Amino acid sequence: MNDHGAGGERLTHFVSQEPFNPVIDAELTPEQERFYMASQWRLMWWKLRRHKLAVIAGGILLLLYLSALFAEVVSPYELSHRNRTHIFAPPQPIHLFDKGRFVGPFVYGFDRSVDPNDLRRVYTPNPEKVQPLRFFCSGGYRGADYEFWGLFDGDFHLFCPAEKSATVFLLGTDRLGRDMFSRIIYGARISLSVGLAGITLSFLLGIVIGGIAGYYGGWIDNVIQRFIEVLRSFPRLPLWMALSAAIPAKASPVAVYFAITLIIALLDWPGLARAVRSKLLALREEDFATAAELLGASPRRIIGRHLVPSFASHLIASATLAIPEMILAETALSFLGLGLRPPITSWGVLLQETLNIQAITITPWIMTPVIPVILTVLAFNFLGDGLRDAADPYK
Amino acid sequence: MIGYIVHRLMVMIPTLLIVSALVFIIIQLPPGDFFETQIAEMKARGEGVDLNQIELLRRTYGFDKPLYAQYFGWLFGMVQGDFGHSFAHNRPVTELIGERMLLTFIVSFATIVFIWVVSFAIGTYTATRQYSLGDHFATFMGYLGLATPNFLLALVLMYLANAWFDTSIGGIMDDQFRNQPWTWAKAWSVLEHLWIPVIVIGTSGTAGMIRRLRANLLDELQKQYVVTGRAKGLPPRRLLWKYPLRVSLNPFIADIGSILPDVVSGSAIVAVVLNLDITGRMLLEALAAQDMFLAGSFLMFLSVLVVIGTLLSDLALAVLDPRIRLTGGPAK
Repeated sequence: MNDHGAGGERLTHFVSQEPFNPVIDAELTPEQERFYMASQWRLMWWKLRRHKLAVIAGGILLLLYLSALFAEVVSPYELSHRNRTHIFAPPQPIHLFDKGRFVGPFVYGFDRSVDPNDLRRVYTPNPEKVQPLRFFCSGGYRGADYEFWGLFDGDFHLFCPAEKSATVFLLGTDRLGRDMFSRIIYGARISLSVGLAGITLSFLLGIVIGGIAGYYGGWIDNVIQRFIEVLRSFPRLPLWMALSAAIPAKASPVAVYFAITLIIALLDWPGLARAVRSKLLALREEDFATAAELLGASPRRIIGRHLVPSFASHLIASATLAIPEMILAETALSFLGLGLRPPITSWGVLLQETLNIQAITITPWIMTPVIPVILTVLAFNFLGDGLRDAADPYK
Repeated sequence: MIGYIVHRLMVMIPTLLIVSALVFIIIQLPPGDFFETQIAEMKARGEGVDLNQIELLRRTYGFDKPLYAQYFGWLFGMVQGDFGHSFAHNRPVTELIGERMLLTFIVSFATIVFIWVVSFAIGTYTATRQYSLGDHFATFMGYLGLATPNFLLALVLMYLANAWFDTSIGGIMDDQFRNQPWTWAKAWSVLEHLWIPVIVIGTSGTAGMIRRLRANLLDELQKQYVVTGRAKGLPPRRLLWKYPLRVSLNPFIADIGSILPDVVSGSAIVAVVLNLDITGRMLLEALAAQDMFLAGSFLMFLSVLVVIGTLLSDLALAVLDPRIRLTGGPAK
């Protein structure tokens, strides 16, 4: 039928001169071979890499966690250093050009005065005071000295103000004259680690309890399922509030930190446990599970060695999606004054200051911890979505 | 159908019992009780403390009895409509929380309706115009809405209203109506103030619902019966409304059970930020002061609100979906 060309001309009969290869369909190009031989994790990585948003989100998270790790270096001022002369100073934006002339990154210094009407301090940027930032600098101003991780003394910073009397408050200062930007960076250490610590706990609980329910089934499964349903029907935040109200007021900051993490994890595991259970229910019917059982493997070994690894990727994806909820829970509790308390500084603790609406009208920059919170939550959501799509690379 | 309703009601009773036991354990968790806190406070102020009187109060409220007896006393009291006594306010709990509960209920209900209406409109729009500019914009806003915690949204809105319009958007009604009996004017005032908390609490739920509706509708629109309908010349609007949209509306009812806890949670913290006379701040104070009956009643009420809401959504789903009605369990 199709052996006529477009013009109706008969085509010449074609015979390939190459030797006959009967397995040509089964042979793979090198790229195909690389693809088919790749491990599951490698495939997932390839698939995740194609998800642009997830990659960007992952980069942002990496940056956030790194700066939390090296908070002392990234922030120009020490966490609790008070600039007594700069109470509620507004943010100093970074400029590059001064009167049309390029000077590199610099800030304008402040002129301080007192408003005669309501005796408020007023800071006006003075265009004569050009204060170029110094980068990779070693101290030389007040508030520069720190103890790195509480272990070594140091005064090395990523960037510092120009000289001793100069200031650099990228996001302004709070009511005690503490630099907001530095405090947010230090706060990231607590806020971001609460998410990780909480998810570790809730992961363990979820895998163990969900594993038991899914593997044994029967009445054990039923009891656990009912309990999970009850837990999930609780509105979580009021319950968290009630539980954290039970933390004694005299508890040490470290104890409070761990108690809060525990409380958050206690209400979060049901979601993970459900995911584990449903996966287990499906997987334990597979042949390899039966084979392991016939070979005499103990339930613990079957769950831990054979079943969990086969859905570990799904678990990681759901864990990534659960972390932002924990960060938000800590922020909300600390914000309400029930969670972490000063001297521990987290984003929620910083936001406590904003409960006074009068304060934020005059000094809106104390609301800036809102930005990293939203950024983190968004980044985790995008990364989690990407991971979830990549979790099943054979689809 | 009747069998299913009875079954669901029977399941609800043990659930509520476990909930009440958990709530009781939680409010008992803080070391000491209200009176100990108060004795310490009065001593700190240098006031004399009449220990006999405190002991009498303790006995009146049954604090000297073993825990299980206290629990059952509390439970039976609640069944009969007696929620105990608030020590901090020195009034029966029922008097204190009655109106707040009603307002919490109104806010939650209005939020659910808001979620339905907005996600219906936007979800249908984005699914029928996939990958259009509006779709991308809605998806982006949806991500932002999901990621922004509601109390921060409330904070930002408060600030913007204050900075741009120089008004306060806090409160659930005008001040002159507080602690007044209900009148039309008061109800109107509540309605006027309702929309801010409703938007704030409902944003993340709406974003989630839009996503689900969009995904459902997109799935449905690719099915063969839709293609057939289009091929035989059904008008587009009728083709959309007749089946695909109806089928994809399932999560509107089915997801109430998972949205409602979030809405109630959200209302608790947003109430603190926006200074609403619903549960938030009073619960916070009751927890801090170990005013256990008041705190317990709030927790209990919020949980019951969720449990009953879930029950209603399950029943509504059974009416709508014969698969559930006939097999006796939700087909998930």
